[in-house]
Amino acid sequence: MSNDGVNTSRRTFLIGLTSAIGAAGAVGLAVPFVKSWLPSAKAENAGAPVQVDISKLELGQRVVQEWRGQPVWVVNRTEKMLEGLSQIEGSLRDPGSEEDQQPPYAKNQWRSIKKEYLVLIGTCTHLGCSPLYEQEPTVQLDHGGFFCPCHGSMFDLAGRVYQGVPAPTNLVVPPHSYLSESVIIVGSEEGETQA
Amino acid sequence: MRVVNGLIDWVDARLPVVNTYKKHMSEYYAPKNFNFWYYFGVLSMVVLVNQLLTGIWLTMFFSPNEGFQSVEYIMRDVQWGWLIRYMHAVGASAFFAVVYIHMFRGLMYGSYKPPRELVWIFGMLIYVALMAEGFLGYVLPWGNMSYWGAQVIISLAGAIPFDVIPFIDANDAKEIGEALTTWVRGDYLLSTATVNKFFALHVVAIPLVLVALVFLHILALHEVGSNNPDGVEIKKNKDENGIPKDGIPFHPYYTVKDLPGVIIFMMVFAVVIFYFPTGGGYLIEKPNFAPADPLKTPDHIAPVWYYGPYYAMLRATTIDWFISSKAWGLIAMGGAIAILFLLPWLDRHPVKSIRYKGLLSKITLALFVVDFLILGYLGTQPATGLAKTVAQIGTVYYFLFFIVILPFGHRFEKSKPVPERVTGGH
Repeated sequence: MSNDGVNTSRRTFLIGLTSAIGAAGAVGLAVPFVKSWLPSAKAENAGAPVQVDISKLELGQRVVQEWRGQPVWVVNRTEKMLEGLSQIEGSLRDPGSEEDQQPPYAKNQWRSIKKEYLVLIGTCTHLGCSPLYEQEPTVQLDHGGFFCPCHGSMFDLAGRVYQGVPAPTNLVVPPHSYLSESVIIVGSEEGETQA
Repeated sequence: MRVVNGLIDWVDARLPVVNTYKKHMSEYYAPKNFNFWYYFGVLSMVVLVNQLLTGIWLTMFFSPNEGFQSVEYIMRDVQWGWLIRYMHAVGASAFFAVVYIHMFRGLMYGSYKPPRELVWIFGMLIYVALMAEGFLGYVLPWGNMSYWGAQVIISLAGAIPFDVIPFIDANDAKEIGEALTTWVRGDYLLSTATVNKFFALHVVAIPLVLVALVFLHILALHEVGSNNPDGVEIKKNKDENGIPKDGIPFHPYYTVKDLPGVIIFMMVFAVVIFYFPTGGGYLIEKPNFAPADPLKTPDHIAPVWYYGPYYAMLRATTIDWFISSKAWGLIAMGGAIAILFLLPWLDRHPVKSIRYKGLLSKITLALFVVDFLILGYLGTQPATGLAKTVAQIGTVYYFLFFIVILPFGHRFEKSKPVPERVTGGH
């Protein structure tokens, strides 16, 4: 091999190799910059899933828990309340829960995993007020439900919106699952999501 | 004088100062027939300087951790703070106003056609950077419309219907959209983490990009030379010294011409700042005078006027076909901006300037302007009934203009002969 002869194929190979290693390094370096945009440990803690103990929840009772700055309701529905759900479907806007306002495992006639336990995010889909829980039938809600005091939106006991009210969609069912018979975890699907 | 000349020579031997000045000012030959529409390039520069200067001053008093309070502090307590803030806020709208007119000028006279494709591309990149800058800046005061506007825009990413890609795996997110929104917010809800991030992007990252792009825009323009209202290439007719016969040096002729335009613009700008700083809710929306409140959605969430056309197209798209109407809306909005990049290749008319194009071109361009204005208005209004139908027709025409009329329209009209030399001017 002479000194003035240029081995072009070796040059091309070396340039390619150097570029590839350099590019790999650039991608590696990008990782911390990209990842720093994710929620910090502090934000992750504040947004962690919350557990709700339902063992002491009486028939018809509701508990409220805060999750990611929003009120989450868990209602223990009675047999009578569940029967009422099918009777009012004609006056609902989205009785089949076609709008994507719930995880797939809650897209059923009760909008819940276990039919008696309803889990909802308690903010009105109109302007974010928190509706009132009407356990007993009222003048407007003859099978009980949720009534928003701000602009009069009404929802049934599965969080489905009535026709002719300002709220456009059903109340949101958050991702949740059952850690055991008596503990629901909101914001996580690590537990059981089938009844 | 000898000292000054000596100094210039000394520097010039080390840095191409004189050559650069000649190339871009005293020996940059611009067509002599520029008209009113040619003010808006220089006005964009004036507004850019205004935004940079007032922006730097505002960062001296603003704190992203308490956005709303620090804007109130600037407005009430900082000496002359109200003026600096209004210059910046009104400046944002002024920027878009002059840029839209500047772009319309290009559309009218075919300024994007060969050899000026790159000038147009750099201009479009400036426009996109400007839209990002405007959005980020609108979030910073952390008023209620800042909050809900950001909520709507960031949740648009939630319309992307695919599974999570690994590197931004945001905990339990199920879809790219959800993971992306968490990544952008830096939290599970809009919070000060988001405002801090937007602040950094708004005051450092995007302005750097903007200034670099403006530099490239002008560099590319001076390489190929300016177009003019006749769409005639002045470089085709040069005198014995190689100077275009229809060209005049940018300095002093156009610097002097631009100066009165700048002064009149500043008078209008001052009137708005002093008498209509909120523009009746169009420049600064009314809900933004209340602090961000996650539990209180404004009655009607509307973008600022300059995003109106695209927001109208987003909402007008209501078909559910293969993917959700929300995703189609996103495609319509993104496509409406993306298609502008292709303008130099979509317009296949043999004639550059609207002056010598046929009647069909004139009518369709006028309709396009009306369409864009109507869409802009509808974007700021609730999308109900008739407004929605009009927005849908407007969206169809917007795309029709680019995909059908610009490439094929010239086959159905008779153009006038284009003159050899520019007309008008002295």
